[in-house]
Amino acid sequence: MDSAFIPNGVRRCAPGKFLVVLAVAGAVLLWGVYAMLLCWFKGLNQTNMNNNYGFALWIWADLAVIALGGGAFFTGFLRYIIGKDELKNIVNYAVLIGFICYSSALLILAIDIGQPLRGWFIFWHANVHSMLTEVAFCLSCYFGVLTIEYIPLILENRGIDRVPFLHHLGHNMHDIMAVFAATGAFLSFFHQGSLGGVAGVLFGRPFSYREGFFIWPWTFFLFTWSAAAYGPCFTLLITKITEAVTGKKLVKDNVVELLAKISGWMMVTYIIAKIVDTLYWANVTAPSKGLTLMDFYSHNAFYGVWILILEIVIGGIIPAAILITDKGRKSPAARTTAFVLAVIGVCVNRWVMVLQVMAAPVMTFDKWALYYPSWQEVATTILPVAYGVILIAISYRYLPIFPQEPELNPID
Amino acid sequence: MKAEENHGNTKKFGMVIDLDVCTGCGSCMVACMAENNVPFRKDESDKLKSITWMRVYKLSNGKPYPETDICYLPRPCQHCEGHEGHSPCVSVCPATATDYDMQTGIVSQIYTRCFGCRYCMAACPYHARYFNWYDPVWPKGMEKYLNPDVSVRMRGVVEKCSFCIQRYQAAKNRAFMEGKADIEEGDYQTACTQACPAGAITFGDLNNPAHAVYKLKKQPNAFRLLERLGTNPKIYYLSSREWVRRAGDNYLKNEGPAKIG
Repeated sequence: MDSAFIPNGVRRCAPGKFLVVLAVAGAVLLWGVYAMLLCWFKGLNQTNMNNNYGFALWIWADLAVIALGGGAFFTGFLRYIIGKDELKNIVNYAVLIGFICYSSALLILAIDIGQPLRGWFIFWHANVHSMLTEVAFCLSCYFGVLTIEYIPLILENRGIDRVPFLHHLGHNMHDIMAVFAATGAFLSFFHQGSLGGVAGVLFGRPFSYREGFFIWPWTFFLFTWSAAAYGPCFTLLITKITEAVTGKKLVKDNVVELLAKISGWMMVTYIIAKIVDTLYWANVTAPSKGLTLMDFYSHNAFYGVWILILEIVIGGIIPAAILITDKGRKSPAARTTAFVLAVIGVCVNRWVMVLQVMAAPVMTFDKWALYYPSWQEVATTILPVAYGVILIAISYRYLPIFPQEPELNPID
Repeated sequence: MKAEENHGNTKKFGMVIDLDVCTGCGSCMVACMAENNVPFRKDESDKLKSITWMRVYKLSNGKPYPETDICYLPRPCQHCEGHEGHSPCVSVCPATATDYDMQTGIVSQIYTRCFGCRYCMAACPYHARYFNWYDPVWPKGMEKYLNPDVSVRMRGVVEKCSFCIQRYQAAKNRAFMEGKADIEEGDYQTACTQACPAGAITFGDLNNPAHAVYKLKKQPNAFRLLERLGTNPKIYYLSSREWVRRAGDNYLKNEGPAKIG
């Protein structure tokens, strides 16, 4: 039925099976869209956010997907700027995952603001002192770059490629992609950093506040670093899941191992910096505000030292240790475990830098405030996952996302 | 440094609240809501969604009877000056919807520019900023009693204490009509100050030696909330009780309020 649009040399499932996958993901998507419309038309009273929790699940989701989508800019940086040629076999997928992550982040932000129709004020009345302004500008620009990076891939579809103009357009865009990869890397260094700065500049919130360099708190650099380190792990994890779902080997092990090795060493350097930052904050910054480390991890029902261990040890040191060793990288089970732990680690980091900041009391007569999201918040957070599944399914079916797929899965 | 950056000879409005005098009656909260058209809902049991520009906290020394002692602490917006006007909330607002006025020291909120990102709420350690989770709905007939000098706010924007800035504007207009060069201390007083039956709240220009707050803020028992964070607030509190002064900020076990500037 749609065989004319399926890339040469690969086999795809029957259209019926494909449509069932789309229908299931589409149902979840519609659930999320319904919740989104409720938030837009009835307001943010549909959420469980409150005056203590101005930032909640959505901001965490935003920060998390942008960190996880960091695989796009860093893989592009390694491929086009550093010249790691093997990564051309996974960079397409990294771009697609980045595109999904960033479009999701923008959508969530559009739901999260109290007056969505005024969203453009952030550009029009921009406050240059605000980290959020920098986030908005860089995020929007980088989403534009990701779109430009994704378009040549769309143009490679067999049906579209038959049109001479589009064929040449795609070809020429490929030729200049290094420029966009460099632009994307430049923008990403800033918006990943400014997302870290969002929490780091809050000098009224000792849990997140960090000193820094010039106008940038240390979290600025840590967020960029962690996105570059952990983002590729997410790209590799989604690749692994895609391979499991399709039942095919899609990327050769040497490519996976190269990206995993770079990611592992990035994690090592990041986690050292993170530990130094934590020690300085616990021993110098927080005490200068009259607080001790344990003030942030006690007297409440949820946030204990376990979350620090989960983030730094289980989600940082362990996956880094696995990925920097030859034995760990070559073992599919150990490698996949490292990817999962790394994704958990970076998500926990983003969680504490949003939700624990809101939860921890600052005034001595204030109390810890815990929060659980409403179903509307959960549904709108799952919405991008369903959207991602749909976009990956369509892209995988109709576009040559994995250049090594025909070679790894020859058709008899 | 330019005069406008350190307030120079300009005004710097602030409050001194005597916690030994405050009885916790809540008149300040009521007056504030009436003066500023602060919306409320039929069911206000979820205090985390309530809007209380002025909120009275109940503090306890935590000791058992007979040593139990309590203190009521009224908490308006602290109108932080931060460092050269970079108060925690003003510097983070991405749309310049909140502003630090170097002429008055008042942190204002521009409701029609706020798009409800709530970053300012995350930045404020005093919980002095409130989000309009709902559209304001007034009981039938009550809309006739709204203050015509204060705009009501719509759903989806942040609001907070403005030091009754409409009263400042009215006082300036009156002074101009009467040919006065400047307003006097009594010309501009906030609603909470006037409503307090115990006279616990004193309001005025912290820069003006003729105003009561100028002297009161220099009392040995004066302190500010969370002074160590560098927020540089303009609300001063007075208390003769050390545990109350200590409750104003976080201290390590070996530290005490007396050691802090």
